[in-house]
This record gives sequence, C-alpha cells and structure tokens, in this order.
Amino acid sequence: MTAISTNFAARLESIVGASCVLTDDTSCANYAVDELTPSAVTRPASAEEVAEIVRFAVLEKLALIPSGNRTKLAMGIPPSRYDIALDMTALNQIPHYDPGDLTVSAEAGIPLAKLNSALNEHKQFLPLLVPRYSRSTIGGTIASGIDSPLRQFYGTARDFLIGAEFVDGTGHLCKSGGRVVKNVTGYDLHKLLIGSLGTLAVITRLNFRTFPSPVASRGFVASFPSAEGALALRRAIAGSSLTPLTLDIVSPELAQIFATRTPATPETAVFAGEIHGAEQTSLPPIGDWFNPREWQLCAAFAGTTEVLDRYARELTLLAEKSRATSTAILGDTTRPAVWGRLRESLSMLLEASSTTVLFKISVLPSHHAALFSSLRKFAERATLPHALVARAGGTIYFALLPAAANEDTAARLSQSLAQIVDFVFASGGHASLLFAPRALKGRTNPWSKLLEAPASSRLPANSRAELIPGVAQMRRLKSAFDPQNILAPGRLTGGI
Amino acid sequence: MNPGLVHELTKLLGEDSVLHKLEDLFLYEYDASVEKGLPDIVVFPTTTEHVSQIAKLAAKYNVPVVGRGAGTGLSGGALARTGGVMIVFARMNRILEIDPENQRAVVQPGVVNYELTRAAEPHGLYFAPDPSSWKSCTIGGNVAENAGGPHTLAYGVTTNHVTALELVLPDGEIVRVGSKHDDVFGYDLTGLFVGSEGTLALVTEITVKLSRKPEAVKTLLAVFDSVDDAAESVVDITARAITPAACEMLDGWTLRTVEDYIHAGFPMDSAAVLLIEVEGLAEAVAAQAAAVTEVCNEHRAREVRLARDDAERELLWKGRKNAFGALGRLAPSNYVLDGVIPRSRLPQTLRRIQQIGTQFGFQIGNIFHAGDGNLHPILLYDPRDAAQFERAMQASAEIIRYCLEVGGALTGEHGVGMEKSELMPLVFSDADFDLMRRVHDAFNPSCSLNPGKIFPLSKGCGEIRVRKQSGEAASRP
Repeated sequence: MTAISTNFAARLESIVGASCVLTDDTSCANYAVDELTPSAVTRPASAEEVAEIVRFAVLEKLALIPSGNRTKLAMGIPPSRYDIALDMTALNQIPHYDPGDLTVSAEAGIPLAKLNSALNEHKQFLPLLVPRYSRSTIGGTIASGIDSPLRQFYGTARDFLIGAEFVDGTGHLCKSGGRVVKNVTGYDLHKLLIGSLGTLAVITRLNFRTFPSPVASRGFVASFPSAEGALALRRAIAGSSLTPLTLDIVSPELAQIFATRTPATPETAVFAGEIHGAEQTSLPPIGDWFNPREWQLCAAFAGTTEVLDRYARELTLLAEKSRATSTAILGDTTRPAVWGRLRESLSMLLEASSTTVLFKISVLPSHHAALFSSLRKFAERATLPHALVARAGGTIYFALLPAAANEDTAARLSQSLAQIVDFVFASGGHASLLFAPRALKGRTNPWSKLLEAPASSRLPANSRAELIPGVAQMRRLKSAFDPQNILAPGRLTGGI
Repeated sequence: MNPGLVHELTKLLGEDSVLHKLEDLFLYEYDASVEKGLPDIVVFPTTTEHVSQIAKLAAKYNVPVVGRGAGTGLSGGALARTGGVMIVFARMNRILEIDPENQRAVVQPGVVNYELTRAAEPHGLYFAPDPSSWKSCTIGGNVAENAGGPHTLAYGVTTNHVTALELVLPDGEIVRVGSKHDDVFGYDLTGLFVGSEGTLALVTEITVKLSRKPEAVKTLLAVFDSVDDAAESVVDITARAITPAACEMLDGWTLRTVEDYIHAGFPMDSAAVLLIEVEGLAEAVAAQAAAVTEVCNEHRAREVRLARDDAERELLWKGRKNAFGALGRLAPSNYVLDGVIPRSRLPQTLRRIQQIGTQFGFQIGNIFHAGDGNLHPILLYDPRDAAQFERAMQASAEIIRYCLEVGGALTGEHGVGMEKSELMPLVFSDADFDLMRRVHDAFNPSCSLNPGKIFPLSKGCGEIRVRKQSGEAASRP
C-alpha cells in the first residue's frame, strides 16, 4: 500500500471507524471492477457517513464505486479510475412499511430476498425477479437497471420506484419523489438512478409501491420446431384478452442449458406461500415436457381457480393453432424448475462459459423474427456457440458462449460483436454489452459507438420514431449530479 | 411587446399564427387554476422546425418562452409568469403513427388526449391516462404535467406510458430522448422530462404506449350514509389488495350539485358515494366486483349498485368527469386542490379537511381519486372579494400542510407550477433544491424557458441570474 493510501485510509477510519475500513490486498481484490482494484474498502453504517465519505473523496479527488453484494459489478464499461469501494451492505433496514398503503421504503444494502420476505408477511412483494436473486441487494438491482421476466405484467422499476434518497457527487444527502403512489412534486430524479451504475449518486434509500402477491399462479410451456411458431403464439396471446405475468421465448440452445444445468444461486420464494417448507438450495430438474431441441414459449399467469382454468384452456388452444409440438401446464411443483431458470437466465449464461459475451438488445417485438435469425447467423459464421431469451416487450438477451478462452476466440468474438452491434443499430434498436471479458471490453466499446453516432445516421428514413437517446444530454446530467466526476467515472458510456 | 420580434415571428409563421394585440392576448392570460400571467406574444407553430426557430428568436431578443397545450392545467404551468412568447401547440395536432402490433403511437403535442384513444379504438387499443379534461386537454400538456386521471390507479400516470420524446431546448437545439421500444439506454431522460412542467425543454413529438382494452368492465356505485364509512371502505379495498381500475369518491354536497346539473343517477340524500370500476377477464371481474361489494357492505353501504349497461356506466362517469363544471354554477370561482396522502390515512384526512373548512368559513367539497390517495378538495369563492380569496388560499395551504404531515405529497397530478412553488420548501431541503437547480440549469441555463415555475422565487431563476451576474455560476460548456 502506498503512503498516500495509508493516509487516506486513516482519514476514512476517522469517518466510519477502523473496523469499517479495509486496505489489505485480498479485501481490495474482492471489490475489483474489471481488474481495477481500489486502495480501500469502506462500509458506512448510515447515509450521513456515506455523505461524509463522498465529501472526503471530493476534497481528495478520489474515485468511488458503490456496491452491494457485487453480483453485477462486472456490468458496464471499465471505470477510468477507482480508489475507494463503498460497500453499502450495512445500510440494510426497512425504515418504513405501510402495508395498508402498499408502500415500502428500504435502505440500499438490504438483500432483495430479505425485503421480499418482509413484504410476504403481508402477502405483498416487489416484482423484481432478477438474476442472482438470493444475493442481490435492492440498491444494486436498481443501479444495474437489470430487468425481470415479471416486467411483462408489472413493468420495470421505473413504474414502481416512487422515491429515493441518495448522496450526490458533492456529498449532500438529497431526495426526490416521496412515499405515496402518485406524486408530481419536483423532478423525478430517482428515475435517473435506475441503470446509472453508480455514476450519478450513491443510493441510500429507495421507496417503492408494493404489489399484492397473486393468490395462485401457474406456468405454461409450449415447444416449437422453429422460432416462427413461438412468435406466432406470442402474437396471438398479445392480441387476446390474456395478460400473463411473464412471456418469454427461449432458444433451443438456452433450453439445452436449462435442461442440463442448475443455476448456482438457490431458489427463494418470491410470492407468499409459493414454495412450501424450507428454502430449497437448488432447483428441481426440468421435466420431459420441456423439449431442449426446440424453441420454447414460457408464460406464467395468476388468479382465481376460474381464471387459471381459462388461461390453461386458452393458452393450450392458441398453442395448438400455432402448431406447437407439445404444451404443458406447470403447477406448484414443476413451475419453479422453469421459472427459477428463467429468472437466472443471465447467471446461467455467464456460468455456461468462461468467456461469455452477453448482449442486451432492445428492439420492437415485430423485429424479433429477423433479429433471431441474424444473430444466430453471425454467431454460427464465427463458429461460436450461442443462446438467447427474448421478452415479449422486445428485449433480447443474446449470449456468445466460446468453448475456450484464447487469442483465436477473442478475434472471432470481436468480429461478431461488431457485426451484431451494427446490425441491431441498423434495424433501429440498441445493443449493449452487458457482460464480457475485460480484454474484449477494452478492445471495443459498442455502447459509446452507438450513443455517439451522429443523429442523421441514427434514423433510418422509414423508421422515424426509432429514437436513440443522446449522450450529450447524459453528460449534462452527469455534470449536474457529479461535477467533480468522482462517482464510478467512465462506467456508463462515452466517458460518463 | 417587441416590434422587431413580432416582425420576425410573423415572417417565420405568417400573420394568422402570431397574436400580439392586448385584446387577443387576454385569452391566454389564464388556465384552469387561480393564477394569471399575460404573454406578450402568442404563436402557433405547425412544425418542430418552427418551434426551434421560435426558441432561437426568443433567445436573440432575450425574452422568455412558455409552452401551452389547451390551457386546462390546474397549477399555472402554462402561464407566462414573466411575459414573453407563448407557444401554443394547438396546430401541432397530428397523430403521426399508430403501430398496433407493437402497441405504440407517435403524436404531436397538440393532439387531444381523447382523440388518440378514438384513433386507437379500431385496433382494440386505447391511451390509458385519462384526466377529467380528456376531451380537451392535449397529450403535450399531459407530458409536461405528468397528468393522471381516474384510471391511473391500475394503469399508471402519463410517465408510465411515454417511451420517447422529441424536444427543443431553449437554444433551439432539437434532441430526441428515449426510444420506441421498451428499454432505457443509459439514463432515463424521458423519465426526467415527463413531468418537468416545461422548465427543461419544449416537447414537439411524443411516443406513447397503447393499452389493450379489457374484455370485461363492471362499474359499481356504492352509496353511503357517512363519509367515514366510504373512506374506510377505500382503506379496506386497498388493504385487501383488490386493485380496481378506478376508485373515485364524491361527497354528498358535491354529488348533489353534480346531480342537479348532469342527472347521472347519484342518490341526492347520501353522504358519499364511491364510483368503482373493475376490469379484466370476465372471470376475474366477477370475483373483484363481488369482493368490492362485500367490503362496502361490511362498512354499512346503503346500496351497492352495478351499472346495468354502457349507457348507465357512461352517465356515472359523465357525472364524475364534469363535476367541476357543475360546481361552477354555485360560485363565481372555485379552487380545486391537489394533495396526496397514504391511503391508510384517508378517513382522518377527510375529517381534518372538514375542520379546516369550518375554521376558515368555507364549505369544502371532495371529489377525488380515493383509490390512490389523491385528494381534490374544492373551495368556492368570489375572486372579487380579496379577503375571501386570501382566506381560501390560507385554508388550502393548511390542507396541503396536513397532507405532508401524514406522509403525503404536495401534488399528485396537477403539478407545482406557480400555485405551489412557494410551498416547495415544506418538502425539499437546500441540498435538494441545489441539485434540482443544477439539473434545471443543465438544460435551461438562462432560465428562459417557463421561468417562475416549480422553484420558489427565492430559490429559482432570480437567484441564478443574480449569481450569474456576479460571476459565481457553475461553469458549463
């Protein structure tokens, strides 16, 4: 450790106490982001301590990266600087919960599973079935902007995050929104924190509207020899009166991973009473109703017995019309096998290869057929194994899964990565590199390429409404929140 | 009024698109709030390029710019508080695209809310946010104020239905934020601009989500002999997580006034009614209607009536949506408040509002979105009686303070605007204002766009200007 870091570690200790500052190499390495290691790890116990640490960092021009349980810290662009890791897990209380109003206020470091089990006592929950669920904190879930299969019915966090408290880049504790379900008082600054990867502010508290847990729910799976069949069924469901909780299409390659692997993170109940007895440590295996050589459409639905019966009847009928080779209704014992894997799709893809490259691709649902075939073509041309899951709203998670990490693989990955980004971009969508080996992130930076493309080239003539947000506006916001550029510098895009 | 600016605007837009005579301007001096602000020039652009050029001209002549839709706002958001150029979007009223497969529409800001729903109807779709003024208010105005409406209880307010915006910044730059698809890429700029009350940018194009019309709808009218029983029913409906699509309350005094005018079928001798709508699959709706009826009966409802057909349903909603017009028959003016409380605090808050009315000498009516705790107490007053107006404002501030005391918010859907800017310090600290002001300055640095809104005058643009003059403003590229 250098003399400078010894000095600043002592100063940090004076803020949070000696036991909450670590400077040994092993501890610091645990908080590395893209191979960049901080000089100190600090674990503040209150929002006031967070504010003091940030003010200290402003004075010393030190770069901070906040984290929870570090399950998604590898997302984003490698940071340009990183001096202090801010471990937020000591802020783990639920300061306010009004079950009668269906609102809750939680500190950033509380594990999502713990928060949901408190809500479950009142038969309520937060619809955030995010990957690495059992370890994720609520703050990390929001800052990562990661989505959940349940968005099909409940929307994304921007639809139910109603307020926040956070420390801005000047070291002041600020708030926006409130604790009520409807509120237009002041700017909705809390929405900006979603997916900000710690670049705008350190989140200390988040307020949500909660949702009643469904009284009963079921799963549905239909298998198809081609993507077209699954897409036809999805269109039929969208045009019907049915409103499933989740609606995802799984490629045969991902189905194969589902059938042969078990996610490393254990299953935890999300809805009250969903899983009886003790927490299971692993998911039950996939049954023979899941055909791993085919495309699968997976849905979940909830309601009274009459409603569940109607879903089962109509989904099966619509699937038959779309020429499904098999269909299955999943009950309490079988459904967790699929639902748990769907929730953990991203972590299973990351576990499936030592060099997984994982894209988040956002297009309109009507573009999925073209996208599916092109994405697979690019991967196969580069002889790279691949897999995808597509949400009905338009989001596709597409993974390249090289068998080995070597120079040759890196070259092929790099090439198909560029092709994929260009293609998605040309079809009016967005592609972002969610997870990739550090070496590859350094080689190419598809995020900034997309965001900084000139306006004229971003808008195909026939698709005037395909809008891509401008990085210039994001830069203005970054300067407003963090004028000294000390919060997770460089992690978002284009130097932000 | 600046003759040079009038001349240049006329050259740009044509004579029939520029108003500058005092008698023409008076129409644009007010909205549906109690505030006033007279613009110097009113213009009617038809294209985004026009809006950009207008912004550039206003910057050149150093006058403020204010955007305006139909002028139905309730907080003075679309008033020219410090004069200047008012851009009325009434002629930018084209629906540019309806995409049924992806459930999206692209519209210009002057499209009337209801017209979009009508245009989407043949595809079995509709635009969910439905303010009471939906037959006249514009989607641009809805975006500026993040407007709500009765059915936002189940489906969310405007921001939950907007995915992308085309904007004109105060210097005339045209930018696009968000996208037509569902994901946010980087910071949620769309989420910031929706509800920013025209203080960050002018909105020139909006991409919205369209929702699928439900298969079944049941509308219930629950009649109560006491306001407390009606309020307790709402608390219980929420606590039992029944989630109707809408849950509105009208108190006895309000509903009698409405009934005299609209003949919607509200019982004249009741103390309060709940207008509750449940939607979805036929099987689910039947169960929900039964659950709602059970709760209301447990709280001594005199009667829970189910609308027999669409005609009866529409009549009940007509009564609800035209209530404010009906109240206009009782007094020269009325003041509709907008506060929010946790739904668990509804009964005590309604009792407190009545106390405040007695204390200040007003009959206060209540007609509001009970299901999401969004109160709209109404005070009747005569604007010619200055002392009475002052008392009305004091009573209102007292009610809003109480909302905050029980954990609520300053405004649920009408916006801060001019009306509540001076109450903002009740909610926000200096650090909060500092950050909000830095965000404001990031897009509207010289405060030329809709000045005097949201921020208290002491913490808003005035101070920014003073600071700029003394060279202390934060440096910006």
